[in-house]
Amino acid sequence: MAGNTLYGAGTGASRQHYLYRKGIEWLAWIGMLFCTGVTVFILLMILGYVLYQGASYINWEFLTALPLPAGETGGGIANALVGSAMVVVVATLMAVPIGVGAAIFVNEFPSAQLGRFVRFLAEVLTGVPSIVVGLFAYALVVRPLGSFSGLSGSVAYAFIMIPIILITAHEAFRLVPVSLREASLALGIPKWRTILWVVLPVSSRALLTGVVLAIARALGEAAPMLFTAFGNPFWNLNLKKPIATVPLLIYTYATGPYEDWHRKAWAASFVLLMVVLVTSVLTRVFLRGKSNE
Amino acid sequence: MQGEPQVINRPLGRLLTRASGKLVHPDAQVINLGDRFFYTLTRGLAFCVIFLVILLVLDLFRGSWEAIRQFGLKFLVGTTWDPVARQFGTLPTIVGTIVKAFIALLLAVPISIGSAIFISFYTPKWLRPVISYPIELLAGIPSIIFGLWGLFVMVPVIRVLQVWLKANFGWFPLFNGPAVYGVGVLAGSAILAIMITPIIAAISRDILLTVPRTQIEGMLALGATKWEAIWKVALPYARTGLLGAVILGLGRAIGETMAVTMVGGNSFDLIHSLFDPVHSMASQIASEFAEATYSLYVSSLIYVGLVLFGITIIISLLAQLLLWRLSKGRIAILE
Repeated sequence: MAGNTLYGAGTGASRQHYLYRKGIEWLAWIGMLFCTGVTVFILLMILGYVLYQGASYINWEFLTALPLPAGETGGGIANALVGSAMVVVVATLMAVPIGVGAAIFVNEFPSAQLGRFVRFLAEVLTGVPSIVVGLFAYALVVRPLGSFSGLSGSVAYAFIMIPIILITAHEAFRLVPVSLREASLALGIPKWRTILWVVLPVSSRALLTGVVLAIARALGEAAPMLFTAFGNPFWNLNLKKPIATVPLLIYTYATGPYEDWHRKAWAASFVLLMVVLVTSVLTRVFLRGKSNE
Repeated sequence: MQGEPQVINRPLGRLLTRASGKLVHPDAQVINLGDRFFYTLTRGLAFCVIFLVILLVLDLFRGSWEAIRQFGLKFLVGTTWDPVARQFGTLPTIVGTIVKAFIALLLAVPISIGSAIFISFYTPKWLRPVISYPIELLAGIPSIIFGLWGLFVMVPVIRVLQVWLKANFGWFPLFNGPAVYGVGVLAGSAILAIMITPIIAAISRDILLTVPRTQIEGMLALGATKWEAIWKVALPYARTGLLGAVILGLGRAIGETMAVTMVGGNSFDLIHSLFDPVHSMASQIASEFAEATYSLYVSSLIYVGLVLFGITIIISLLAQLLLWRLSKGRIAILE
């Protein structure tokens, strides 16, 4: 207690009170450390376990072959990999114009109510359960067309991606210095060209990060695919027909009765997890590179 | 526009301004046709977002209309879910959803806010990203992967725990259920807690870092210990935001689908103990929808979806209002 001679060195009641407070301080520190330890430990354990299990089952055939009939060992998930990619690409094509366009409106044409409302709506939309989004896409696309389809899956994914893209794009535009816009406008360049040629290129990095994050998020969603894309054990490149996607395939395989299916679920999770982790790390490096410039 | 032209004393960047509902400009002739077009286009895209939300609500109402007409609000308090008898009532799943979500909060909130406090106040600045980055990373893991892990790793552990609890504390009503399944309320709550912990922790950390350093230093200068400064100054200051973070976590827990479908036990009966298997609203839709064979069945499931949407949207609104007030919309809730 050398550092606390003024207060802590006393005797009797004040000394006791001091020690009591010091004790609480220690308890709090240990408690908080424990909480952090538990959080990080559990989460890393899950991550490690999935990666370990998945890595031990994955092989070249798994990535390039089609599924075999139920119960037979071997085969792969090539159709689901391609299916996921197709559904997400179409979803991105739908979500990016709406998300970025709306974000341009919100940031570049400040209107008292509408812009703020749209932004607020986007934040609220991130809280809509993905299963409800699936129901929405079902009622909007599957029912009128009369069959499960990859297209309806894309609509569901797009609905999940739009608010994410809108919010990240808005934040990206906000960081573009006003002076750049003013410089462009001072040269007599109309506002719309200023936006397209100055604001978008300057914020392109953060914009791209937002889109990639939205894609990563959508790629892992299984719930909206249950009654939209539906899944398909065969090779299919037609978006009007049911199509296999990786997250839904994990669900089907994990809840199925075969040992081999369970192994495939782990391996497919490994693939999905790698995509998510790599995206996350890359976008972070990407953004950090920018802030260092 | 009527009246005197306004002197627009703003950055040039806001060349176009809106007043009294019309597009105006100090010198209307300067406005470029392309600008008008671009303005209309982006406004249309912004309206698109609003339109989509309206469409979503309409679709849910239209889809569930048959069930709403048939059962009305009694749907919410009915306890039978019997597709064969064409009787649908969803009270057990609503109860199941809310119980699971609240137990999850009970487990997750102390742990996640504790970690947030540790990261914000007890960790040196250089070490912060080392701890908080994994947490952010894990907030982005797909729920299906949590479900897979839960099903094959956590559920067997929970089963052992259940057998032990039942053998030793079986007299306690909450532990008086079937201990053999493993899947059930306890497993569902546990996986939900694991899933929302990183979300609540990440947002809480962002909020705690907005507490002005001077306030804490002021407390320390008065002779308070660090914990006293946190407990008496930082936490009250961040109260609103922390509440927002918790409510956001609650919303996630209620709407979470895949992981709960895989470990929640999926039964339609009212729960009496922590070991009972039960559906949550989302898992009910997920596991039944593809097998719903007649339109009232489908309609009832969409009705469940409508109720779920209603609950989550209220929670989400509440969370956003709390977070919004604090941060003026600057908290990234996407991590």
